[in-house]
Amino acid sequence: MPKILTRMGDGFLAEVSEGELRKDLEEGTKDAAERAKVPPLNEDELRHLYDIYRSSAKFTSVDIGDEVVLTYDAGTLKIRRVGIDVGRIHALQIYERLLGADTMELAHVDYSYKAVKPIVGNEQPILEQALLTSTIPLFYGAMPNLGIYSQPDGPVPNASELMPMGKIAEARAAQEEAVELAVKDMVYVGSAMYESGADGINFDTTGAAGDPDFLATLRASKILKAKYPDLCVELGMAGEFILGMHGRLEFEGVRLAGLYPHEQVKLAQSAGVSIFGPVVNTNTSKSCAWNIARAITFIKPCVANATIPVHANMGMGVGGAPVVDNPPTDAISRASKAMVEIGRLDGL
Amino acid sequence: MAITHAIASGMGGMRTAGDLVARMQMTRGMRIKEAKEYVARKLSVSVTDLSDPFRMTEIRDELGIGLVTPLPGRPMGMEAKFRIAEILGIKINCVNKFKKKANIDR
Repeated sequence: MPKILTRMGDGFLAEVSEGELRKDLEEGTKDAAERAKVPPLNEDELRHLYDIYRSSAKFTSVDIGDEVVLTYDAGTLKIRRVGIDVGRIHALQIYERLLGADTMELAHVDYSYKAVKPIVGNEQPILEQALLTSTIPLFYGAMPNLGIYSQPDGPVPNASELMPMGKIAEARAAQEEAVELAVKDMVYVGSAMYESGADGINFDTTGAAGDPDFLATLRASKILKAKYPDLCVELGMAGEFILGMHGRLEFEGVRLAGLYPHEQVKLAQSAGVSIFGPVVNTNTSKSCAWNIARAITFIKPCVANATIPVHANMGMGVGGAPVVDNPPTDAISRASKAMVEIGRLDGL
Repeated sequence: MAITHAIASGMGGMRTAGDLVARMQMTRGMRIKEAKEYVARKLSVSVTDLSDPFRMTEIRDELGIGLVTPLPGRPMGMEAKFRIAEILGIKINCVNKFKKKANIDR
């Protein structure tokens, strides 16, 4: 029986049989369907996935004409991250001219709105100069990152320390305080960047600190869109499931804890978000095939429920991509093709 | 990561019409099919042409909306964005800010 080379979620190159590959796809979609209470992938979709993942090609792609557009998180950080010490405007030009980017994102290395707020006056001139030379749309981006509002990094009591002490009410109050501070910072920075000419603002890893993090970003998005109706607000998530770190927070009457992508997108739309970026986390103990079947099962109903463009996150460890710093092109290209063709995305 | 996705699934930005299609998603909330059809109509090309670097280089040069290789005298950067805003019929924030700051906002 021929063996198929495939990747695990941690990037390891493994050999599986045809039967094992089929089983992984079926179990992956079943896992997602049960968790989110959405339909599993149908036979045609599973067969399509099977064809993609049984290929022996090192690289695969969508068909000509089926391409989508790409938005980026932490765009300008990625060149420096590999030790190439270019300025950020040069990094943007590299993406624009050499890497085929449809859009780009200017970002600070301390990639949080709280960190950027005190130095926003230094960020704005960089953005303004970048806008003079760039042709592609330019976002400014950072993370809501509510965690850094907690002591010792921030001013509010640390909910993660209060909860094991049984101080639940105090922990909730601390998180609510962090929400208020984060909204102010995101609106402040977002406003400054719009006034400097940004095409869009990106909120990356929304929900990383659970439901307070998601709430803060939804509220900041709503305020910014009311203030600047033509600002593009991209809201990219951190995980497939909103962790109930507070548990009782609501946005427009909907409790945030426990929401999956097909539910998250509705609130994002209601907040005025322009582009929604759902995330599905990769399980490193399972194959990439299992992970992509699972990811697409979550994403498909999200796309169906959306009235705005959906750009699924497909960086390291999300969207069926393995958790590995040096991503194998075989795994990434398969996931990319699968997500676009079966997930029916508007972008990545 | 970025280049793999760009080649596997991306339109290719300024190599093609990727930036233009992205602008329609960003400014008007268009889904991918609608955004491509809109841009194709505005550029008087087919939707298939939008992903073709050969065809789009010609079109981008004719319309002055920015080329990957910055040939002398061709609009680029802000100049190209002025033209993009006009051709696509959209507002581009930095273009409007530029007009205001340069006192040509009439």
